[in-house]
Amino acid sequence: MSARLATYGRLIDRTSKLDFTFDGKPMMGFEGDTLASALLANDQMLVGRSFKYHRPRGVVASGAEEPNALVNLGEGARFEPNQRATTTELFGGLAARSQNHWPTLEFDVGQVNSYLARFLPAGFYYKMFMYPRSFWKHVYEPFIRQSAGLGQPPKERDADTYEHFHVHTDVVVAGGGVAGLIAAKAAAQSGARVLVLEQNAHWGGRAPVDGGRIDDWPTDGFVERLVKELEGMANVTLRARCMVSGLYDHGYVLGYERVSDHVPGAEGPRHRLWRIRAKQVIVATGAIERPLAFAGNDVPGVMLASAMRDYLVNWGVAAGERVIVATNNDDAYRTAITLKKAGVEVLRILDARETGGGALMEEARRLGIRIDCGRAVGKVTGGKRVKAVQICAHQGAGGALEEVACDAVAMSGGWSPAVHLWSHCGGKLTWDDTAAMFRPDESRAPTGADGKPMAVATGAANGAMTLEAIAADAFAAGRKAAQAAGFKLKRASAVKADPAPESAIEPVWMMPARARVGLRAKAWLDYQNDVKVSDVQLAAREGYESVEHTKRYTTLGMATDQGKLSNINGLAVLADTLGAAIPAVGTTTFRPPYTPISMGAIGGEARGEVFQPLRRTPMYDWHAAHGADWEPVGQWRRPFAYVQGGEDVHQAVNREVKNVRQGVGLLDVSTLGKLLVKGPDAGRFLDMLYTNMMSTLKPGKCRYGLMCNENGFLIDDGVVARIDEETFLCHTTTGGADRIHAHMEEWLQTEWWDWKVYTANLTEQFAQIAVVGPKARQVLEKLGGMDLSKEALPFMDWKDGAIGNFQARVFRISFSGELSFEIAVPASQGLAFWETLMEAGREFGIMPYGTEALHVLRAEKGFIMIGDETDGTVIPQDLGLGWAISKKKDDYLGKRAQERSFMASPDRWKLVGLETTDGSVLPDGAYAVAEGSNANGQRNTQGRVTSTYYSPTLGRGIAMGLVHRGPDRMGEVIEFPGTDGKTYSAKIVDPVVYDKDGEKQNV
Amino acid sequence: MLILECPYCGVKADETELSAGGEAHLKRFGPGADDESFEGYLFARENPKGVHFERWRHSYGCGKWFHAARNTATLEVYGTYPAQVSVPPKDILKTISAAVPGWRWRDLG
Ligand SMILES: [Zn+2]
Repeated sequence: MSARLATYGRLIDRTSKLDFTFDGKPMMGFEGDTLASALLANDQMLVGRSFKYHRPRGVVASGAEEPNALVNLGEGARFEPNQRATTTELFGGLAARSQNHWPTLEFDVGQVNSYLARFLPAGFYYKMFMYPRSFWKHVYEPFIRQSAGLGQPPKERDADTYEHFHVHTDVVVAGGGVAGLIAAKAAAQSGARVLVLEQNAHWGGRAPVDGGRIDDWPTDGFVERLVKELEGMANVTLRARCMVSGLYDHGYVLGYERVSDHVPGAEGPRHRLWRIRAKQVIVATGAIERPLAFAGNDVPGVMLASAMRDYLVNWGVAAGERVIVATNNDDAYRTAITLKKAGVEVLRILDARETGGGALMEEARRLGIRIDCGRAVGKVTGGKRVKAVQICAHQGAGGALEEVACDAVAMSGGWSPAVHLWSHCGGKLTWDDTAAMFRPDESRAPTGADGKPMAVATGAANGAMTLEAIAADAFAAGRKAAQAAGFKLKRASAVKADPAPESAIEPVWMMPARARVGLRAKAWLDYQNDVKVSDVQLAAREGYESVEHTKRYTTLGMATDQGKLSNINGLAVLADTLGAAIPAVGTTTFRPPYTPISMGAIGGEARGEVFQPLRRTPMYDWHAAHGADWEPVGQWRRPFAYVQGGEDVHQAVNREVKNVRQGVGLLDVSTLGKLLVKGPDAGRFLDMLYTNMMSTLKPGKCRYGLMCNENGFLIDDGVVARIDEETFLCHTTTGGADRIHAHMEEWLQTEWWDWKVYTANLTEQFAQIAVVGPKARQVLEKLGGMDLSKEALPFMDWKDGAIGNFQARVFRISFSGELSFEIAVPASQGLAFWETLMEAGREFGIMPYGTEALHVLRAEKGFIMIGDETDGTVIPQDLGLGWAISKKKDDYLGKRAQERSFMASPDRWKLVGLETTDGSVLPDGAYAVAEGSNANGQRNTQGRVTSTYYSPTLGRGIAMGLVHRGPDRMGEVIEFPGTDGKTYSAKIVDPVVYDKDGEKQNV
Repeated sequence: MLILECPYCGVKADETELSAGGEAHLKRFGPGADDESFEGYLFARENPKGVHFERWRHSYGCGKWFHAARNTATLEVYGTYPAQVSVPPKDILKTISAAVPGWRWRDLG
């Protein structure tokens, strides 16, 4: 059993007890514990179940690389799944639940998968779920959905807040182990601003656990002094609990600070995302120990040798009472020695090397530990915890020579430098055959804007695996980074650690070396995704030679730990099976983030009201006070309708439409884009932008225009008013103002830069109000001022003048088919003008109307709406707007594209009106079906609904749609199956259903 | 995330204040152009691993379009220059030749 010892535990405070629960069971730990160390202290070996086979799993590592110990953490608004117990600091009241089991962790039905393992080979999903096709929807998909994912998604809105930090610095040091700290000081001595980020709560990394001496100090004392010294330097910033999550282009670094995960509910943000620009990045991210791939290496109680050492030294927890150590290198001897000194029984060290190790082996032997060289773990037995180890010859197939009862196994397959950060932005690796590892290739570093290296790897992350090498390498790296960041080096004394030579590692990718099939099928590579040695070998036999393909086929390294423990072992097995060299197979791509970061941190402050700016017209508050039912239009909010008294929103829309048709209504059109285009070449420019001829427009006149992109498709429409010889005012759609302004600027700046034209976006300078309806003129005339008669201001004219006391610009344009005046006043006058109009119009029954009434009114007139009748694939000719395309112009944007054969084809879907045979309202977006079906067995289609409304004017549904050869098929009835199970029949008719001759707007 | 210096306002702009505008120095083909030329203008784009010329707009700054000569593989930026030219400036071409001997991009290099 695992238990807390009375001694050891450099990181815990035994005077501060913390209560917590695991699966509801009360437990106790200490301040300084991680959830993992506290669970082990309570003999909770079993912590979760694996993804595919639901195998019992225990803690295997002690840090960010942990694949098994993922828990649901917290409750309610602070619930979060897949939290790593090894990086979760314990706090009082912590509530953790195990994942991926049903009904309980101890008894899990899903474990049946484990017995079916023979039938769930690599590529299972690809092989099994293909046929028969009909099984997909009702059998396979529900099965996959049921078994997909590990934890549960949170259900409540996150109670915490998050924030972003923006930082510029000279040097970022990723990692606060001895390498990072030494490098930081060496860099800072030059005067460079240095930011040191460490993912753990404590400094020094593994060094205080592993021992040794630096500059004549024991490592823990050395670290303590160095941190104090760095804290005293004005140009150095240190942050613990802050992981460097990724390195990106041009020295962009993301830091992920877990500000208050260890004190939930504390004031301030929970996480902080550091958005850093650094001239140089020092990658001092350490190394990750590799598991050994032997049968049963996933039984709870089998642990990385370094992790077992960590639990003992850092947290005073012994992972077992009787331990067997399996290794292929010297480092694991440190675990055996440490355990032995703490009074834990170390039954055996199984060293795969025939000749064993060096000085550390001698030390272990002196302590009386039995060492078997050339021996290996054949198999670990036990279900929910280790029972025994079958020992075999390493150079064999796994025939057991002996079985030794034990309750924990420490394994070490050697160390892999944590090269992730180095690789994120293009840093390349080199295979070091002697040390059996990929390490950063200094000559192929990630490069910055100047084409020079922007990162320096150091310490264990650089492949330096002894303290002596690490200290020397880190000192040099710090100076190198400072120099690369543009600082002059000063004289400084190098940092020296005592030498402690180690014997060479012997690569072991499978244990024993020629393990028989049955053992390989129980030797795990990827714990979290349940990928075994046999799966990778099968993939290789099935022709998967690329490591990237094998990864996807077997799912090796695709779990939330991104293969931190499994990548190198997996690709070595692949290389071995293919008979290729490891560097020839290569690694998969390392991508940020290093470990998962919270969505909250990514969002930062951008949530709720500050997620994006809200644009309000000058009359916004008036609308809100008068029952506005809001509709978001881009970043604007526009009233959909003004709901009054006891009516619902649809009744409000119908009332508003009728009131416009019979009396007079007011519409806030301030959001429409108002782009001023000015200069000697303004007319020529607009002739290129619009399909119509704009240069011939007379000052004082308005013209409706269409804009297409170079691909010929409609992108916007609106009324253009010519102000004077050199000046045009272009109205755009509400959503189009910024986009079309940018479109104009793009062409002006990048194609016709010698044309004399300026543009300005005046959208927010003016409030614009449409006064619409047969009584509109009466309302305005009552206010007095300019002559608004038909003769003085005819349809499609505009004029500046006074209305009452307001300086106004009046456009005689109509989007409703009624008599209509669109009146612009300075934005600051908008509300006053609106209120004046409401007051003056009271005796005429004036009412405000919203966007839905606007839509119904325009649809009754057959006017198109960008975004409804257009979707980026529609040309003006499809919409019967050929009249708005100038035949006289040689060129306009989209003209050449519209000459392509497909654009001129008579088989295009074209705009028509659709009249349901029973007067009902067609479902929006519904497709009209045609005879036959396509290759996917779906019904062929011949058209679709683009706009559909209930028309209070006609008392029935009206609609527009795009129909195959539509205008040639007037009177034909076509069918639209709805998603409600009904089929709607509609007759193809003219899209204009109200005042076809346009007499009402022209009065 | 790139940093490009806007040649108009001199700001070293973070990519978040820029908009990417695709390949630079396209020649427009309009009415009268044959199908092949028009297709090339509208759809065919360089996709090099190495030297590239791109259009960028300083959208959240001065609003100006400019060009950037940079390396898509090493992320090196050889220079930025105003968009109102049909070919890259000579000094930038020289810088590229020094950094990447034998480079080619369309008919440049
Ligand atoms: Zn600028």
